Amino acid sequence: MWDYSEKVIDHYRNPRNVGKIDDADAVGLAGSLSCGDQLKIYLKIKDNVVIDAKFQTFGCGSAVASSSMLTEMIIGKTLDEVRKITNKDIVDALGGLPPEKMHCSVMGYEALEDALKSYHADGYVSLDEINSNKSADKVICKCFDVTENQIWDAIKTNGLKTVEEVTNYTKAGGACGHCKEAIKDIIDTYYQKVAKEENAPLSAAQKILKIGKIIDTQIAAELQKDGGDITLQDIDGNKVYVKLRGKCSGCKNSMMTLKGFVENTLRNAVDKDIEVIEV
Amino acid sequence: MNLIYLDNNATTKVDDKVIKVMMPYFGEKYGNASSMYEFARSASDAIKAAREQMKYFYNAENEKEIIFTSCGSESANLAIRGMLNMNKNKRHIITTKVEHPCVLNLYKQLEKEGYKADYIGVNSNGELNLEELDEKVNSDTALVSVMYANNETGVIFPIKKIVEIVKAKNPETKVFSDGVQAAGKINIDVQDLGVDAMGVSGHKFHAPKGVGALYVNSKTLITPLIIGGHQERGKRAGTENVPYIAGMGLAAEMAKDALKYESTEVKRLRDKLESGIIKRIYNARVNAGINNRVPNTTNIGFEYIEGELILLHLSDIGICASSGSACTSGSLEPSHVLRALNVPFTSIHGSIRFSLSRFTKEKEIDYVIEKLPPIIEKLCAISPYQDELNALKKLKGF
Repeated sequence: MWDYSEKVIDHYRNPRNVGKIDDADAVGLAGSLSCGDQLKIYLKIKDNVVIDAKFQTFGCGSAVASSSMLTEMIIGKTLDEVRKITNKDIVDALGGLPPEKMHCSVMGYEALEDALKSYHADGYVSLDEINSNKSADKVICKCFDVTENQIWDAIKTNGLKTVEEVTNYTKAGGACGHCKEAIKDIIDTYYQKVAKEENAPLSAAQKILKIGKIIDTQIAAELQKDGGDITLQDIDGNKVYVKLRGKCSGCKNSMMTLKGFVENTLRNAVDKDIEVIEV
Repeated sequence: MNLIYLDNNATTKVDDKVIKVMMPYFGEKYGNASSMYEFARSASDAIKAAREQMKYFYNAENEKEIIFTSCGSESANLAIRGMLNMNKNKRHIITTKVEHPCVLNLYKQLEKEGYKADYIGVNSNGELNLEELDEKVNSDTALVSVMYANNETGVIFPIKKIVEIVKAKNPETKVFSDGVQAAGKINIDVQDLGVDAMGVSGHKFHAPKGVGALYVNSKTLITPLIIGGHQERGKRAGTENVPYIAGMGLAAEMAKDALKYESTEVKRLRDKLESGIIKRIYNARVNAGINNRVPNTTNIGFEYIEGELILLHLSDIGICASSGSACTSGSLEPSHVLRALNVPFTSIHGSIRFSLSRFTKEKEIDYVIEKLPPIIEKLCAISPYQDELNALKKLKGF
């Protein structure tokens, strides 16, 4: 018995936007009959906004729920907004999916991606053209027809670390298991690449952006838990000028907070020579 | 909402009479059957009576051929490993592609331990390829395991003929039959079948979960899996599960006596359900719909829709069934049984098994026949295979 969230149950019981759009501006396809699930998504696009979306799904409860939720998420959104949607967003909107069912959300994402690929502002593109787009990518899992790019995307979007997780999200490796070694290689390659990028020296601009992001997302959130806040004022080389607000300002502990927490966080994440100065 | 339980191949309701016969062995007659004092006599008497009942159930030659276990999987493991251990020189084993995982996965493990295994295939009706079996048995074959009836399709394998084929090629080869899905549905007569060992599980015939019984012919030697005390004549150590053994004994006797009802009334209801569905739903097709099936089982594929989704919608209106779909198992592949039958991809993922019992009522079958078509229609409307479904509808004249 699966532990489906209330939202998943609601969406498979009463799927929204079922059907076909005959004059669709974009059509996307993911999965296949032999694999046990398939999703077709139809988009009507006007002035770069998705004004209607419909789906047809062959699949289990979570596949129907993922498809249904996806259509609700994209109707009324601009193409730029729609392009940012990942399988993770579908999972979040559904209130979670069982680990073994993550591939259903990935199927939604892939069908959407496929549809956007097929979309040209001048109109509708045939399914043949969509299918020909796929040929450049290398198929890793022959049982479920999963490509290297699909596996790479799933690892990147969801922070997958093991072959089992990749199987849950993409199905790859879930049948004969011959491609498990290849999947392991992709995971290793991905994390080697990430490590390399993290170790590469940052340009001045990259450094400023990174410091700003860490202050906004990590440090400010921590200080806000205690009723305080922090804003970045200026950066000069390794000197980071910040302003403390609310409860932190004037607090006896503020110097300790600055030195002990903000500085250490930035030193660990960006540069060991960073010095934090309160203004 | 009433519960309509049509998943009796998964497990069954414990008969009220069975519960009643078990109860005294919890709070009153809780003695250890091995103890010497008078108080424990009722426990050892209960086991003795249950052994007689199992002997009757199996039509075994004597009650010493019955070994109480915890379940069907333990019965299979004990029989297979137990017989192989007594005959370590021979390294070849045979089974079928459609066995229950308790045999199939044990065979995979035995392969890792150095055995050579052959897996015999079936045709699209689910019938075993007996020529292939005949070809594979050789002088090195230690064991052949063939289930009596298949859990997913209900197809009955000709065990008597299989024993004849195997023994004609190699009289020393042992034959084990997993009788779990035959128990309580068709008559079991181990003497007539000629098997060396057969296992059953109580909860498939209205006894509780957690108790099984293995038949081992008195001429066949096995080693135990669980080492310890002298229980079950040294073949299965561990204090006897008295209440459950007593319950299974009665359940077995009742099941044997209800076989006539199974083969007439339960079969009539099964056939009514099957034909009712086929008549009303154009994309339904029966998997392995041959006559030689246990009377309670039907396996129906609904083309171009997926099984878990069907089950979830059935569950919403109180109907319990099961599916061979990949999505229900947590594995990503559909049922190995239906794949061995070459069920087409269009319907393998949408295959639903309904399994009845002697408690199934006609009005429950009528309810399913009434409620299923609109569910299937709703799910077909979601399917991306509209053109294929329309073509099928036309073809079937709906």
